[in-house]
Amino acid sequence: MPNTAITANRLADGFVIYLTADGGWSESLADAAVATSNDELDALQAVAERAARAGSVIGPYAFDVETDAGRPLPRGRRETLRTLGPSVRTDLGYQAARS
Amino acid sequence: MYRYDEFDHTFVTQRVEQFREQVARRIAGELTEDEFKPLRLMNGLYLQLHAYMLRVAIPYGTLSSRQLRRLGTIARRYDRGYGHFTTRQNIQFNWPTLKDVPDILADLAAVEMHAIQTSGNCIRNTTADATAGVAADEVADSRIYCEIIRQWSTLHPEFSFLPRKFKIAVTGSGRDRAVTAAHDIGLRLKRDADGNPGFEVLVGGGQGRTPVLAVTIRDFLPERHLLSYLEAILRVYNQLGRRDNIYKARIKILVRETGRDEFARLVEEEWAHIRDGELRLPDDEIERIRAYFAPPPYQALDDACPELAVQRAGNRAFDAWVASNVEAHKRPGYAIVTISLKPHGGIPGDASAEQMEAVADLADRYGFGEIRVTYKQNLLLPDVRKGDLFALWQALVAAGLATANSHRVTDIIACPGLDYCNLANARAIPVAQAISERFADPEREQTIGNVTVNISGCINACAHHHVANIGILGVDKKGKEFYQVTLGGAADENAAIGDIVGPAFDEDRIAGAVETVVDVYLAERRGADEPFIDTYRRIGLKPFKEKLYAAH
Amino acid sequence: MPLIKNGARLQDPWFAAATEEELDRSGPMLVPLALWQEHRDRLVDRVGPIGIRLASHESPAAIADDLDRFDLVALEFPKFTDGRAFSYARLLRERHGFTGEIRAIGHVLRDQIAFLLRCGFDAFDLDERAAAGWQAATGAFTAWYQPAADADAPIPARRRYAVPARTSVSVIRSDPVQPPAPEPASCAANWAY
Repeated sequence: MPNTAITANRLADGFVIYLTADGGWSESLADAAVATSNDELDALQAVAERAARAGSVIGPYAFDVETDAGRPLPRGRRETLRTLGPSVRTDLGYQAARS
Repeated sequence: MYRYDEFDHTFVTQRVEQFREQVARRIAGELTEDEFKPLRLMNGLYLQLHAYMLRVAIPYGTLSSRQLRRLGTIARRYDRGYGHFTTRQNIQFNWPTLKDVPDILADLAAVEMHAIQTSGNCIRNTTADATAGVAADEVADSRIYCEIIRQWSTLHPEFSFLPRKFKIAVTGSGRDRAVTAAHDIGLRLKRDADGNPGFEVLVGGGQGRTPVLAVTIRDFLPERHLLSYLEAILRVYNQLGRRDNIYKARIKILVRETGRDEFARLVEEEWAHIRDGELRLPDDEIERIRAYFAPPPYQALDDACPELAVQRAGNRAFDAWVASNVEAHKRPGYAIVTISLKPHGGIPGDASAEQMEAVADLADRYGFGEIRVTYKQNLLLPDVRKGDLFALWQALVAAGLATANSHRVTDIIACPGLDYCNLANARAIPVAQAISERFADPEREQTIGNVTVNISGCINACAHHHVANIGILGVDKKGKEFYQVTLGGAADENAAIGDIVGPAFDEDRIAGAVETVVDVYLAERRGADEPFIDTYRRIGLKPFKEKLYAAH
Repeated sequence: MPLIKNGARLQDPWFAAATEEELDRSGPMLVPLALWQEHRDRLVDRVGPIGIRLASHESPAAIADDLDRFDLVALEFPKFTDGRAFSYARLLRERHGFTGEIRAIGHVLRDQIAFLLRCGFDAFDLDERAAAGWQAATGAFTAWYQPAADADAPIPARRRYAVPARTSVSVIRSDPVQPPAPEPASCAANWAY
């Protein structure tokens, strides 16, 4: 199984968030909990689903990550764009905050 | 323009308060997301890739300068300083927060605007030809009927939970400038032998997974029966449209599976019960609405404008802009101006708050304070005196809004694509930018003439690529973006669905592929007077296919 | 589930029959379409009120000829997104002249209640949350744009006959507290406009 993390959108502003190891949510993929086994993934998904039922996060789903020097990186284009922002407006989204 | 009366004001205000309360219940956890989602969609609020997106209705693409300024203010106050105009004449804001949306809706209501039913399985914004009321070849003014349909369809209790979304378009000229052939219901205004206005009624057009052109189910519907007939169609669809599979739920599937004649029979059978009932439009009601769209105080001008000819002769850039962006007006001495939101290399259809304000000012200075949104994601000033064209153009140049490419190869329709949209498989905007940059030379662009290029980032076809002369569909193949080309589509009264040319091109090759297509056209055309679509219809797919796959 | 009728909570007097054996019971009985069609001869002779229950794919056209036998038509919403019954209710009221109870059963949201009322429903099986929100749900709008099965003048008629918008809502059919606005005299045929 590839390494997997969980992402969702935050209710209040729709921003992209990632499930962290302590059951919280961070805007930064670097903080995301990474599951390396099916059991770990099941546990993360259970936490995510509870948060969705409680209402503060919307539409959690699992996605594949690669680990580079201990930091997770998204493998798909969609998830990559979600860590950055629109590729055609690099002055907007998370990419802007970092530059 | 239509102006709200006390009933309209009360209605939108109550709608805002209702949504405010629904948002509060959602935030308090009293509504689940599954329950809230259809409610927020019916107020135009999507959840997209990076954030929420609010789609604001611009009924039949008509705006006052005050309304356009308000959209600019909203972009600045609640969003990231810009908005995106869509193929259904609406505007989208890409970064609102949930808690701000009721306030945004309240700010919109104050200028007689709303976001009602811009999403959801209900009747959406009824669109019109953007030149309604001013086109030289107009049969009748579609805006009147669009406004009547808008009110009737607003929070219609029977049709708010349809099998799927429902889109109606009305065109007022013999030329179809509202893409009626690709709508769930298309209405084409015409007159009977006595000159009375009515509609040819088409149903079952649509793009997406299964592109289909609408079929005519009634050749002439007198105007007074407009609403009862629509109600009959919607009632048949609401009862019989498929609800087992969202990809088969549009009316186009019902029409195809039932057969056009049987479908028409079902509609006529229902209509027979209601045609002379409460929905029959009295003549004075149609007149009452028509009065809102009475012509503005045009001056009596000569159509000949000698100074315009001199200005055109003296300035090549201005001359090219007039050739591409200015159309004939029904009033002598006036012209219709398209303001392109497709700067070469720019994001199609986007406008900054400053640009919106600049256009609003120009509409006031060089018109009667009215702006239109076109389905090609451009803006339009409907009433410019020919004598003012040069001054207007100079002001547009200063505002960066003078790209002379209306209907040209760089007047590209592109959906937001994977850069913004949750449904997308591929990005569309960078492809538009690459193509646009390739054809940025103004002389070359004028030489190529009129051609439609549309780019959709997924099979939902929001950019209408199926009915483009050169259609591009972004797909995901093994994690990479590829682009499939179709040729020979058309969105006008000779509507056609494009033909797939062959294997898709990767993102580095797609702009070159479009260039190859254009080169074939230029080589094969019978002179500059034969536009791309005519050449395609004459020579077919083969010459294009050969060159595309020989070169690549 | 709470049953709301005419704005008030009621004990439901109806028994929902599911099998042939249950058809022998006495008292008000709600019968699904299949059972009605199979045992119609026996049921028409029955003493006691009969109601018919239609699934969302079952149009009232199937029982139009028998409508005067029913005191209740129950229309199912398997999901709140399945909006077929809005049309069925209007047809029952406006096409077939049905004056008995039309009840919404299944999954309906509080935010659909105003639409349901306008289409001719007058009874609702609601979950607790929806029932608690009844007042807010019916009070959100004081005028609507199009005619439906309800008795209220839609906005075009109010404009024409200068009927002001209400200050509060009375969409409930037999609401004793708020009498409906007086109907303008000669507008029966052109009520909407």
